[in-house]
Amino acid sequence: MTAAVSKPSPWTGLIAGLGLAVLFVLSLAVGVSPLPVNRMLSDPEAMQLLAVSRLPRTLAAVLCGAGLAIAGLIMQTLSRNRFVEPATAGTAQSAELGILLVTLLFPAAALWVKTLFAGSVALVGTSIFLATAHRLPPQQPFLVPLFGIVYGGVIGAVATFAAWQADLLQFLSVWTNGEFSGVLRGRYELLWIAALMVAVAWIVADRLTIMALGRETSIGLGIDYARMMQIGLVIVSVITALAVVVVGMIPFVGLAVPNIVSRLMGDNVRGTLGWVAAGGAGLVLACDIAGRLIRYPYEIPVGTVMGVVGGVVFLWLLFRRGGHG
Amino acid sequence: MIRIENVSFKHRATPILTDISLDIPKGGVVALIGPNGAGKSTLLSLVARLQPLQTGSISVDGLPVDTTPGRDLAKVLAILRQDTTIASRLRVRELVGFGRFPHGRGRLTDDDNAIVDGAIAQFDLADLSDRFIETLSGGQRQRALVAMAFAQGTDYLLLDEPLNNLDMYYARALMRSLRSVADVNGKTVVIVLHDINQASAHADRIVAMKGGRIVADGTPAEILTSDVLDAVFGFRMRVETIDGTPFALHQF
Ligand SMILES: Nc1ncnc2c1ncn2[C@@H]1O[C@H](COP(=O)(O)OP(=O)(O)O)[C@@H](O)[C@H]1O
Ligand SMILES: [Mg+2]
Repeated sequence: MTAAVSKPSPWTGLIAGLGLAVLFVLSLAVGVSPLPVNRMLSDPEAMQLLAVSRLPRTLAAVLCGAGLAIAGLIMQTLSRNRFVEPATAGTAQSAELGILLVTLLFPAAALWVKTLFAGSVALVGTSIFLATAHRLPPQQPFLVPLFGIVYGGVIGAVATFAAWQADLLQFLSVWTNGEFSGVLRGRYELLWIAALMVAVAWIVADRLTIMALGRETSIGLGIDYARMMQIGLVIVSVITALAVVVVGMIPFVGLAVPNIVSRLMGDNVRGTLGWVAAGGAGLVLACDIAGRLIRYPYEIPVGTVMGVVGGVVFLWLLFRRGGHG
Repeated sequence: MIRIENVSFKHRATPILTDISLDIPKGGVVALIGPNGAGKSTLLSLVARLQPLQTGSISVDGLPVDTTPGRDLAKVLAILRQDTTIASRLRVRELVGFGRFPHGRGRLTDDDNAIVDGAIAQFDLADLSDRFIETLSGGQRQRALVAMAFAQGTDYLLLDEPLNNLDMYYARALMRSLRSVADVNGKTVVIVLHDINQASAHADRIVAMKGGRIVADGTPAEILTSDVLDAVFGFRMRVETIDGTPFALHQF
């Protein structure tokens, strides 16, 4: 592949925006109690369903999808490795352990307190992962995700053991497997903080692009590398903890979306960040809609659907990459 | 002026640099030569604050490199490392544009764009400017990196073996570009070279290092002698002067 890839035209943006809008409306319409698009806004009962359940659920999917995709992008930037994301690098598992511990110790704490605690544990867990990843030989890019999977597995096992001891195993599965069916008005609003984190990522987009060029190039260009590393870690940890606590972890979004966008458009974060966020939102929305339709009227959790879809996409990425040499 | 005073550097217990003192006045091209492992890259990385100083002090235009904020120093000093690998999918123009980052923190003004275009033209990258770096040959990539360092527009430019991968045409073109920014714009270029004849033809001053110490320092005519080169590289070579420039015949 030697030809230059031209920048996306305004049409691509328009089509992508339309696609996202269609998914958004579909997500509002699809469910056990039917909600035809044409009388969504006229029928008061329909309005109630929309405001209490469908709209929160749809917004939660958009916020989680966009947030987790951006978290994956930042993770890949900080570790300089394309094959890591919060779900496979110990971030999600640390957040799960954190929410489990705070639930055991302070069961009455407010949701935001629990989220803060989960986020702090995720920050520690991810910092340890990155510190180790930077010591692995860069000639062997697969060591980093491999280490991440083992590391995440160990933390996950600790969380499972603790949950088993405390008889909280069914709680743990709520956090480890994302599901939007329980999302109602008043129970998802914390996720707006993920949007705030995406905004922070937008502000530091150029610095993120430079950080992907390595520590020395970053310092040479006058970037405070250590501080940027901390900012990136906070963004990743907060977004992951929010997803884990509010809806449960959704794997692969952070892996698949940034990789596809990078293939198509390159790695200039200023140009790709919007696409990564929109792609993540669209993918999670689509998987959630699919999960509602496949066994209608029963639901399949979005985490499960994403596990299948994301796994296939990931394998495709791996083999495609191999084909390119 | 770059002022290096009594700098020593150890890696664990192994001494890498021993008591280096060197003043490099503003303006001109200084070549750093010496065998592999002499400590040239380490010295440049200390000047560019890529590694923390252990003993001694280094300042650039009076700014101590260990305490001056990184973003201030990035407007004064640019470095191209010996082994820069770019794993990101960036286009040539985007990469060169990031050289302007210290000035606008990401926003490219018309002036910035003009400087970026100038650097792209100077290193013959116009035809490649929309290509992803990963699709370039080693030499083309090297030119893009040099253009990025140039675009940074600093008074001091540290280049660690920039001729790696360059063919004769572009090696000569780069050396002539460096000569001209030194002569016309008053820039200071410190360049690590393995080809001592390039150093002789284009540098004002040659500093030779060996075993973590400076072993010779002078004009090309003073350094390119059989005795000095023997002391630095460990074998005798013939030196012939052509049109006033000494050349070492190190192939025999
Ligand atoms: N990270 C490191 N660990 C151990 N030794 C190092 C490291 N970096 C450099 N060195 C040693 O420092 C010495 C100087 O290296 P360097 O500055 O790269 O030399 P030069 O650029 O002149 O070839 C060499 O002996 C090298 O082996
Ligand atoms: Mg070197």
